[in-house]
Amino acid sequence: MSGAMEKATGGKGLLYQGAEWNFRIIRDCYDAIEEIAEKELGLDVFPNRIEIITSEQMLDVYTTSGMPLTYQHWSHGKRFVSHENAYRRGLMGLAYEVVINSNPCISYLMEENSATMQALVIAHAAFGHNHFFKNNRLFQEWTDPSQILNYLEFARGYIARCEEAHGQEAVERILDAAHALQNQGVHRHSGARRIDLRAEQDRARERRAHEDRSYNDLWRTLPVSEGAAPPREHERDALRRKFGLPEENILYFLEKHAPRLAAWEREIIRIVRLISQYFYPQPQLKLMNEGCATWVHDRIMTRLHELGRIDDAAFMEAIHSTTNVITQPGYEQGSTSFNPYALGFAMMKDIARVCVDPTEEDRRWSPDIAGNGDPLGTLRHAWAEYRDESFVLQFLSPRVMREFRMFRLLDDTREPYLLVDAIHDEHGYRDIRRTVAASYDPSTFYAELEIVDVDILGDRTLRLEHRTRSGQLLAEDDMKLTLRGLANLWGYRVVLDEIDAPSGKVLASHEANASTGG
Amino acid sequence: MEIIDRRSNPHGKHLENRRRALTRARDAVQRAVRDAVANGKIREAGQGSAVSIPADALHEPSFHRIFTSGSRNIVLSGNHEFSRGDKIRRPPGGSGKGGSGGGNASDEGGGEDSYRFLLSRDEFLDLFFGDLELPDLVKREIATTEVTAPSRAGLSNDGSPSQLDLGRTMRYSMARRIGLGRPKPEELIEIEARIAALEESRPLSAADVDELEVLRERRSVLRQRLNRIPWVDPVDLRYRRFAQTPKPSTRAVMFCVMDVSGSMTERMKDLAKQFFLLLHVFLEKRYKTLDVVFIRHAETAEEVDEETFFNDPRTGGTVVSTALEELLRVQKARYLSQHWNIYVAQASDGDNSTSDTPRTAELLESGVLPLVQYYAYIEVMGSGAIIRGDTDLWRTYRGIAARNEHLAIRQVSDRKEIFPVFRELFARRPATQGAGA
Repeated sequence: MSGAMEKATGGKGLLYQGAEWNFRIIRDCYDAIEEIAEKELGLDVFPNRIEIITSEQMLDVYTTSGMPLTYQHWSHGKRFVSHENAYRRGLMGLAYEVVINSNPCISYLMEENSATMQALVIAHAAFGHNHFFKNNRLFQEWTDPSQILNYLEFARGYIARCEEAHGQEAVERILDAAHALQNQGVHRHSGARRIDLRAEQDRARERRAHEDRSYNDLWRTLPVSEGAAPPREHERDALRRKFGLPEENILYFLEKHAPRLAAWEREIIRIVRLISQYFYPQPQLKLMNEGCATWVHDRIMTRLHELGRIDDAAFMEAIHSTTNVITQPGYEQGSTSFNPYALGFAMMKDIARVCVDPTEEDRRWSPDIAGNGDPLGTLRHAWAEYRDESFVLQFLSPRVMREFRMFRLLDDTREPYLLVDAIHDEHGYRDIRRTVAASYDPSTFYAELEIVDVDILGDRTLRLEHRTRSGQLLAEDDMKLTLRGLANLWGYRVVLDEIDAPSGKVLASHEANASTGG
Repeated sequence: MEIIDRRSNPHGKHLENRRRALTRARDAVQRAVRDAVANGKIREAGQGSAVSIPADALHEPSFHRIFTSGSRNIVLSGNHEFSRGDKIRRPPGGSGKGGSGGGNASDEGGGEDSYRFLLSRDEFLDLFFGDLELPDLVKREIATTEVTAPSRAGLSNDGSPSQLDLGRTMRYSMARRIGLGRPKPEELIEIEARIAALEESRPLSAADVDELEVLRERRSVLRQRLNRIPWVDPVDLRYRRFAQTPKPSTRAVMFCVMDVSGSMTERMKDLAKQFFLLLHVFLEKRYKTLDVVFIRHAETAEEVDEETFFNDPRTGGTVVSTALEELLRVQKARYLSQHWNIYVAQASDGDNSTSDTPRTAELLESGVLPLVQYYAYIEVMGSGAIIRGDTDLWRTYRGIAARNEHLAIRQVSDRKEIFPVFRELFARRPATQGAGA
């Protein structure tokens, strides 16, 4: 019987049997999956590149947030060690796939995977994630997938050359300080977004050379004009405008205006800034990205089975694997957040259901998509136009909330207890949805800091403000270290005020001085 | 779509980054390594092992908020029993737990509170013995230059074919060919081709006949020169030359001498053992070949194997000089001092029969000390319950130590002291080192 089956694999029969894979099987699976993805699901993807790696190499990939290369820094070593330990102690199974938002889109397949897992990963990463990377608006606006690998190559080389020229310690000092400010290295609210990384590399050297030539050390040596008349207010305003204040992108500000940095130091800050910008959209899209990829692979594996391309055993294995990934532990298991695979997948499935088979409730909650008969078009639209926060706000349905048995706690530090103030019932749906959505708002991940003033006519004190959220101050130890690093980059005193946004009251004030004098 | 098999690509891309992380946390790692040794895991330590360091040694700071006061909402999943208005006791761990607070509290690595480094044997020992060195090592090494090893010593005109330096030979050959004007074989081939072509095409014009004549002439000249000037001539040949250079001897022998008489309790023996192990690991790191000789003594001394040395109890009185005699006997028979670096570690509780002490002193000072690189004497003391003065042996040794820099004596009463004492004995002392040499 198996002989007959094998013969059939050449045509439209089974793609493979058993767990063993080889390159021909991977190619056949890819072709079959591609056909479903493009013809049936209408996915639009970057060209794919599939790389087969060992588990050891997977650990390497993990260390650099999925990037195949990066510059050398001890923090990468630290991540490597902690992943390695978790893996060796069996705390962490290796994710069976990592995919890179690049063009071509690189997916890693681990050699230990079974044939079914390879097919599943191709569907998940090479089509699900890939489609999402290419089509989501946030990714389109913020990242430049065609150049990221080249840019990383450039960054690696540049930093290695700096280490040769100026010593590893000097470079590390800049990198450490800049890494601490990574989350303050993005123009979140202004228009400047996507950067042409190719031009970056070409211009980098030229720009630095020019600045080297035109830099004049003289102005640094000007005596502090104590006797001078205090500058008038409109002069200060003009200066503030010149420096583009207020400025939320601290790394950008330092790169442009820090008076004491050498050209190569500015370039290193720029490298850290551009790389962190590349990663900026990812945490805001994790839920949707995983939901999309999981939904796509689930759908494709189901279709492969329906079409008779994989056997029952393989299909069971795929279901088993999907089920593992989308497990949502409850609060009793100590879970304090939602598994993005679980919630994302549940929401995608729910949207598809509402489109074709809506209940009365769905018609009330999402009248614009209920029963529109076009689940794929609706999903593709959502994948392209939303980010996690707005997606939850728009699409989290009562049914999913019930499925997850969601409830909301009010944590008021003045009270000795936590209050359950909403559960998955008619009164609670909207409250719960609002809170879940808010937890995906990027302003909850990142502290909102701004450079508000620089005393350029006086002692060059740099003044920052942190607008706190409901009494949440910055973690103090970390803040002090980061502020010291910032002062070292700036070269002069730095003051940070934490203010209560509504009242404008200053809750706390910190300062740091540059540690290396003149 | 393309498939690339990366499995054969080099692994361990992050070894350099790992090394940097280790360097950055060097102090913490060193502390961890020494703690591991203090806890008596030296034997495993020698094999390389894992150490954990606190996470803050590798902390990466950032600006991030923490929830300390005020109010916030958290949505959780898995509600089975709550209805609106229920009040729940705060989970232990306080307000920091739960909701997005956990995500903010630390970056990558989640709740990791420590990092484990798997250290190779060399890394471990490097860290462990970071600032230690062997006293007097240099001096003795220069004195014992018995072993020779071949080392490169330029080129020569003759030698064995296996040592032919092809690159240089060809360079000389080319220089000679250019200098003597050896024609290129291509030129000859070209002329022959032309001649063949002319010979084919008949009838020949007068000009052709002339040209043929010239070409034939040229051909014979070229052939002659080609034959006369060889491609490679014996004068071109160059061979790599090796000379035998003396090398400092790097063999060492370590004598472990321990009192196993009745007065030595198990605990005291254990302390001594710790010290021997440390010294063993330390010496092993410095010497390619290290022999260890175990000598135990009570009333008489004997050379035993490691197992017996540490684990086989004996009882009886104590005569230290017998051990030194045994040591000298073994040394004379197997470890001549001009070939071997000799180290001695002696552990005892300080008991010795009174009549024997002068003899011990005599043997030590004139017999043993001139032969050895370093002699460490560790006196292990009881649990401290008995307050007593210096022992006989200790007083004697102290006198000798004052005259001999390479005899070191220390008292140890607790396991924790072993390593500090060890470090003290072997700490780098550049000043005295210079003066001694």
